[in-house]
Amino acid sequence: MTIIHTDRLHREFTVGTRLRRRRVTAVADVTLTVEPGDAVGFLGPNGAGKSTTIKMLTGVLVPTSGWARVCGLDPVRQRRELARRIGVVFGQRSQLWWDLPLVESFDLHGAIHRVPSARFRERLDECVQLLDMAPFLATPVRQLSLGQRMRGEVTAALLHSPRLLVLDEPTIGLDLASKERLRGFLSTVNARGDVTLLLTTHDLPDVERLCRRVIVIDRGRVLVDDELSTLRARFAGNRALVVELTEPIPPLLGLPGVVDVSVQAQGLRQRLEFTQAVNAAELIAAVAARAPLRDVAIAEPSIEDLVRALYATEDSPAR
Amino acid sequence: MLAPYPQLVRAGYRRHASYWQASLGGVTANVVFGLLRGAILIAVLAQRGSVAGYDTAVAVTYVWLGQGLIGVVLLWGDTELSQRIRTGDVVIDLSRPWNLQAAMLATDLGRAGHAIGARLLPPMAFGALFFPLRWPEHPITWILIAAAVPLAVTVSFSIRFLLNASAFWLLDARGALAVWGATSGVLGGLVLPLSWYPSWARAVLAWTPFPALFQFPIDVFTERGDAFTLITKQLVWAALLLAAGQVVLARGTRRLVVQGG
Repeated sequence: MTIIHTDRLHREFTVGTRLRRRRVTAVADVTLTVEPGDAVGFLGPNGAGKSTTIKMLTGVLVPTSGWARVCGLDPVRQRRELARRIGVVFGQRSQLWWDLPLVESFDLHGAIHRVPSARFRERLDECVQLLDMAPFLATPVRQLSLGQRMRGEVTAALLHSPRLLVLDEPTIGLDLASKERLRGFLSTVNARGDVTLLLTTHDLPDVERLCRRVIVIDRGRVLVDDELSTLRARFAGNRALVVELTEPIPPLLGLPGVVDVSVQAQGLRQRLEFTQAVNAAELIAAVAARAPLRDVAIAEPSIEDLVRALYATEDSPAR
Repeated sequence: MLAPYPQLVRAGYRRHASYWQASLGGVTANVVFGLLRGAILIAVLAQRGSVAGYDTAVAVTYVWLGQGLIGVVLLWGDTELSQRIRTGDVVIDLSRPWNLQAAMLATDLGRAGHAIGARLLPPMAFGALFFPLRWPEHPITWILIAAAVPLAVTVSFSIRFLLNASAFWLLDARGALAVWGATSGVLGGLVLPLSWYPSWARAVLAWTPFPALFQFPIDVFTERGDAFTLITKQLVWAALLLAAGQVVLARGTRRLVVQGG
């Protein structure tokens, strides 16, 4: 059975003060389908309509028009039934009980979802082990670090074995090690095939690690819905090599594949933008041959760059 | 593993048990104000002997039970739901397979259960040590008060729930909650016994849920009036107000605008 199916899902908001009201379209005619076991990255800049779409899919927000089915249910009318079949993690909000030890939040979650004791134990033990939570199970949630709390959030969302796990910016604010641990865990969970993932993020590595498919949304509209690999090949922007030099030198012009050079710090730092066709290692070697290097860094194109590139293409009259 | 709502009662209890300093502060304030109120009522009764059936023993029992019930029935400071609507955190509460009102009631009953030990018994013990309290004459009163207090909590909860739910429309329930905080004690019989009020005021209040908050449980304990009638009235108000809360919640949810992210 299809996990998510929407047809021209649409939501408007009224914003402004009493005197000056206007209608804003947050989500405009979003039509999409997600199949079981899929792992979908739901991308777009701030205000693109990602969270609004998610809230309509979970039934907490009523669509202005359009239609949605999640796990075969009408999200608004069957919200409670749907809540038994999906798990939701909002990176900026907590579903744990602030004043209670983490493990008691899990107990409560299990009770609210009426998870049978044996299965609850099994599921919890597995999460505790995979996410290394044993040292802080007895700590009140308010005393946990953000990284520890997010591990708790994801566990709570999975205890009732949901068929769909919706993650709204789950790695926001986490350090690199915590992000990597969470990604590893989610990828393990998804690989078993019984949980479908729908993930919003601004972090490209989240998507690369977890998602096979990407939906890009901007100003409420779906711009692209495609396999990640296809998308990268079609739209990925240029990468940039930032080199720190031991002494100032003139701009490093004329290197193969470099489309733009900008000089910073009086020539001590230079930023070379290069196309996807160029091998970064060879480019670094070429630079090293011409100038003494102190440090190098490679900047990947951000989601925002990708979206901007997509948006420009969509808008161009050539299409 | 317990069923969901009993588990939430337990969580409500545990949640408040972790803040014993707050309970201690609350009890201290209740005792200090109890001494003041007790002194005033005793002074009044010293002049007049008895007012509307209140002699000194009934009056001091009224004061100390009332001071203890403040923290149990809870009139002030419950802004949780309106805050969660305001910040948008209510999406979490609405994404759970429960009835939100029932879940919050269960948690509040757990809180009240903790408050009976932490907020009701200490002022009563203090009152019993230093004042001639009037204890129930009939053993059945102990059973009746065990029903009247949870019912008072339920009525109080269902009014607080309605006031907080106004944030679905107003986004800010602080005004409504402030009015409630300022008037509920006077209207509920916490500040003065309602039987001391003019007859027109008593006639009006008889049609409101306010006496069910303090006056009824205190009357049950001091064995004034028919306890079964009082408890029945509490039951009816609790049912009406909870039903109203369900309607408001359903409507509020449908017009919810989630704030931020």
